[in-house]
Amino acid sequence: MSRWISRVGWRHGVAVLAVLFSLFPIVFVVSAALNPQGTLSSTTAIPTGASTVNFSNLLHQTQFTTWFGNSVLIAGVSAAASVFLSALAAYAFSRMRFHGRRVGLMALLLIQMFPQFLAIVAIFLMFSRITDLWPAIGFNQSWGLILLYLGGALGVNTWLMKGFFDTVPRELDESATMDGASHAQTFFRILLPLVAPILAVTGLLAFIGTINEFLIANVFLTDSDAKTLSVGMWGLVAGERNNNFGMFCAATLLTAIPTVLVFQFLQRFIVNGLTSGAVKG
Amino acid sequence: MTALLERETAPDEARQPVRGGITGTLFKVVLLGLVAGIAVWAAFPLIADGAWLGLAILLATTAGLFYLYLTPRHVPLKYLVPGTLFLVVFQLFPVLYTAATAFTNFGDGHRGDKQDAVVAIQTSSVIRVPGSIEYALTVATTGDPATGPLTFLVTDPATRTVSAGTLDGLEPLPAGAATVNASGRVTAAAGYTVLNGGQASARSQEITDLAVPTAGGAIRSQGLSRAYEGKAARAYDAVCDCIRDTATGKTWAADEEIGAFVAADGERLAQGWRVGVGLSNFTRLLSDSAISGPFATTLVWNLFFAIASTGGTFVLGLACALAMHTPRMRGRGVYRLLLVLPYAMPSFAMLLVWRDMFNTDFGLINNLFGLEVDWFGTPGAARVAVILVQLWLGYPYMFLVATGALQAIPAELSEASRLDGASPWQSLRQVTLPLLMIALTPLLISSFAYNFNNFNAIYLTTEGAPFPVDNPLNGATDLLITYTYRLAFGGSGAQYGFAAAVSIFIFLIVAIISIVSFRRTRAQEEVYS
Repeated sequence: MSRWISRVGWRHGVAVLAVLFSLFPIVFVVSAALNPQGTLSSTTAIPTGASTVNFSNLLHQTQFTTWFGNSVLIAGVSAAASVFLSALAAYAFSRMRFHGRRVGLMALLLIQMFPQFLAIVAIFLMFSRITDLWPAIGFNQSWGLILLYLGGALGVNTWLMKGFFDTVPRELDESATMDGASHAQTFFRILLPLVAPILAVTGLLAFIGTINEFLIANVFLTDSDAKTLSVGMWGLVAGERNNNFGMFCAATLLTAIPTVLVFQFLQRFIVNGLTSGAVKG
Repeated sequence: MTALLERETAPDEARQPVRGGITGTLFKVVLLGLVAGIAVWAAFPLIADGAWLGLAILLATTAGLFYLYLTPRHVPLKYLVPGTLFLVVFQLFPVLYTAATAFTNFGDGHRGDKQDAVVAIQTSSVIRVPGSIEYALTVATTGDPATGPLTFLVTDPATRTVSAGTLDGLEPLPAGAATVNASGRVTAAAGYTVLNGGQASARSQEITDLAVPTAGGAIRSQGLSRAYEGKAARAYDAVCDCIRDTATGKTWAADEEIGAFVAADGERLAQGWRVGVGLSNFTRLLSDSAISGPFATTLVWNLFFAIASTGGTFVLGLACALAMHTPRMRGRGVYRLLLVLPYAMPSFAMLLVWRDMFNTDFGLINNLFGLEVDWFGTPGAARVAVILVQLWLGYPYMFLVATGALQAIPAELSEASRLDGASPWQSLRQVTLPLLMIALTPLLISSFAYNFNNFNAIYLTTEGAPFPVDNPLNGATDLLITYTYRLAFGGSGAQYGFAAAVSIFIFLIVAIISIVSFRRTRAQEEVYS
């Protein structure tokens, strides 16, 4: 028994504590979402009543389903595309040597340190022009926003991936090259399957980041048909904070669903020891 | 390293297209075809618009892409260009543009060029002259009735033709595009949403302010269903480069230094234009004591906030990741899922929820723990509260990246150290952590930079409160960025130029700290190799 505690038991202890810390605000949100009165002042920590009135109000009185669809489309496409773009660049940074490599890596970190909300003025002016020329990728279009988000595809995720690529033994690429594989074949067939865990993690991070993005989306999407969840839900509590609290919490819970599903779907790729044993020592 | 260099110059590199195999070649053809297709699609509007510079850039980019992917050389570029293209267009360009505005007076009253300022002055000085045309007016919009851009749909009483008027001028609508009722008002128009009475009166101030420029003056509204064309009382006179009031004869001369029209008695017209002001935004930041004084206090708290948020989330996340990093543990999947739930919740929404949980009277925190703390009323408690919220929001992220990085460390290493008689703690300190840090240091630095400028964390919770009695600009939990936001966008109107100057300042602080900490970590080893 004591051996179990020192080996595995304490791990369960840490995990349970962490889970408690993680869950208590979420329980509060669940309780507010189920609260039939739907106001903030009447909400307690433990659900007092269970009614779906907030959910049905949300679905019938607002355009929640439209926002939901927009968000999932935008976040899904931009996460997948930015993981791919990032992986391409990480491969170059990890496996090749070229002029400007170090500067490039540094620049990727530094450019993201500029306070983003101020670039919004510039982005707005730029997209005013784009909307005139190509309405299909302009304001109030999901595709326009996806393109804009891809501007941030290379960044800290590239570093994360490069770090992971560096741990994959280089003998693998070299032996593939000896067997006559081109650099593209090495990348797609040898390396990508081996770095699946980091692709999954960065994909998840990108998805969550996009779902939560508010400032740019708020400037970009003004039609209520085009809004994403963050912009639409902001409108719910902008004026009627106390009264719409239940509806807002219901929306918060529903918004979490796609992220949880993506996590569950990607979890199978985050497994142990993919790279161990690939090389005979 | 050397092997790679040799490979770069190896003679068989020239046979690359052959080595790629048939699938690769096909893939390449399809992708390049797609690029060509997009380029053609993008070119037509540019040609129609006469945007030749844009067209030249488009052609050069397309040609460059074709060259890059058809030549066997420049292999690293092949992998870097796709992401970099997006980075340059959608991130680098806006940031550089913003930085450039720091040297101008861009902001309210100085938005456009001189010509725009003249048009604005003339249209806003419109007065009604006897005998001017009176139109039937319908207010419409091309977007959302509450926020979309306003358009005046006006019907000429003589010809019954309908025109659409915006800030850019008057455009006649094609015949049959609008439905006109008996009194001459438009009731529906293709491509426009007509505002109903309630929607229009909610935006009455905007409707009153809208002046549609015309040749002799402007069209303005009178109530919500009538509009008249008036004459401009003030006009630009090119001879003296000034604005002249036709009624009083007073003149305001153009001052190119400050981008405004100024009269001899010092009166300035509100509508100015953008001019370069050199370093004056920066000197104002350093010499204006109302701004520079509290800057230091805010900077110290800002640094503390960023370090505490990043360090705290990292320690918590790493501890949990290490605890669950063993195949012997049952239910890891369930634990992981529950633990990362905070990260799955939309953070902007949760920030607002946390704000309510810290409410003194009916907040969950005080109720749950039987406290009476005025969380956002005392500086210390408010600071603890915002950091606690950041811990909750951020530690699942650190948990995830630490889990991912731990997977990458071969199990043989810790096994080997165990066989060599190292305690778990020793093998963690000597083997696992150094390897982890190589992968995670850039992330920590980036997380630090993110938290340093974490606008939402403050804006959605405390909004900078509590504020000292004598200083309403600078709250105890304000970060530099929320403080700047208030200075630049709050109260006295938008001052983008000044805000951009402060941003550059913030950027320099963060960048210097980041570079220095980079230099001091050994994470650079891999980069330098």
